[in-house]
Amino acid sequence: MTAAPRMPAAARAVRAGDRRALARLISQVENRDRSAEPTLRALYPFAGHATIVGLTGPLGVGKSSLVNALLRHLRAQDHTVGVIGVDPSSPFSGGSVLGDRIRIDRDPADSGIFFRSMASRGHAGGLAASTREVTRLLDAFGMDVVLVETAGSGQVDVEVGRVASTNVVVLVPHLGDEVQSLKAGLFEIADIFCVNKADLPGADGAARYLSELAGLTPRSDAWRPKVVQASAVNGTGIEALWSAVEAHESYLKTSGQDRALLRERIRDEVLDLYRDRLLTEATDRLERSPELDALVTAVEERSLDPRSAAERLYRGRSAGRGG
Amino acid sequence: MARESRTSPIRVLIAKPGLDGHDRGAKVVARALRDAGMEVIYAGLRQTPEDIVESALEEDVDLIGLSILSGAHMVLFPRVLALLKKRKAGRVPVFAGGIIPDEDARRLRRLGVKAIFGPGATLEEIVRTARSIARPRP
Ligand SMILES: Nc1nc2c(ncn2[C@@H]2O[C@H](COP(=O)(O)OP(=O)(O)OP(=O)(O)O)[C@@H](O)[C@H]2O)c(=O)[nH]1
Ligand SMILES: [Mg+2]
Repeated sequence: MTAAPRMPAAARAVRAGDRRALARLISQVENRDRSAEPTLRALYPFAGHATIVGLTGPLGVGKSSLVNALLRHLRAQDHTVGVIGVDPSSPFSGGSVLGDRIRIDRDPADSGIFFRSMASRGHAGGLAASTREVTRLLDAFGMDVVLVETAGSGQVDVEVGRVASTNVVVLVPHLGDEVQSLKAGLFEIADIFCVNKADLPGADGAARYLSELAGLTPRSDAWRPKVVQASAVNGTGIEALWSAVEAHESYLKTSGQDRALLRERIRDEVLDLYRDRLLTEATDRLERSPELDALVTAVEERSLDPRSAAERLYRGRSAGRGG
Repeated sequence: MARESRTSPIRVLIAKPGLDGHDRGAKVVARALRDAGMEVIYAGLRQTPEDIVESALEEDVDLIGLSILSGAHMVLFPRVLALLKKRKAGRVPVFAGGIIPDEDARRLRRLGVKAIFGPGATLEEIVRTARSIARPRP
């Protein structure tokens, strides 16, 4: 191994268990503060050990309540847990009310838990753009498990499928027609279905129905989604839910899927970052170019069509490259 | 990019310490702050000072708003302020809403509570004050 370059102070603080340093770093990541990049780079090698579990499902099905119950269960087994609770930002004001914390009842002195709320900040799919990176920070901080609760904006959010290694789709009894109308992709990302509020009537039927549907839905791997019933308020079924998560995690390992998945995600992420960079750079340059104005005028006067205008910009960009 | 102080939204924790059981007022304030573009972490009812301070630190908030009706403000507020100091977060400003007698309000201000809103305060006033006292980003 080559000698490690000196770690930035913030990275050392996070590794040493400094909760405020972690909290501040998360804010920097959320705010896309580029001055945090050396710290993120230094922390990257320390991540990769946590089990990342996604909890998604429609509004109000009890995702946060399940997080609360899981926290209790996991802490009793001495697992440390990071939680990210995502809620939508208002498209009008950009503001947000982040309410997932309301359901969390924990000892505030317990340093084995770190809970962070995130606003989606315009990102679609139930996560914020920086959720993946924040997951990684909680991982590098040393959390054994990271639970990610999606925004639950009426539909099932499937993007968490690209962040978590085990995904729990939370539903409630009497879902009948609702399941049909849930976003396509739901069955592809659900490693586990959790019928929460099983203290209410109809849970058995719902669970049976989900098992049938899950059996009929083709997957790209050999995992057969498990269906568990739980009641977050009574605390029943929580053990079974966590066992199902563990079963899926061990399936990933024994099948070698975990490595394949990791590779695929790293590829996605590198490409995403590259695309971001290209796009920002290209757009920045364009917005300063007088050529754009001239082309817009030409299109406005209908002497040129939009597609041809874009084509000229594109060719101009390639030509400008040499200089 | 978003390195300048306020291109990022203000993060504010709204919580209700004490044992009285309704939070309509706190929710109304939370929504008003959201509509003013802030990210409001709503922690809900019956929060102990320890809960509040831990939430404020984990969420890295720029501001804490506490609503209280139970009359225990002279115990709870000083405790929150002391805990913040102890955790080296004494710079996170705290504002209060509720029914607080003038004499108590004066004492709380001296202790460091930045603003106190009685039942007659308008939402505009609260939003404006919140914006002006929120901790700027480094
Ligand atoms: N009967 C019953 N009610 C539950 C159960 N779990 C949660 N609830 C209730 O369902 C409501 C919503 O619970 P949350 O945990 O906030 O649900 P959520 O899915 O996180 O909600 P959002 O984050 O807003 O989408 C609350 O009133 C809970 O008390 C359960 O197991 N049984
Ligand atoms: Mg929730």
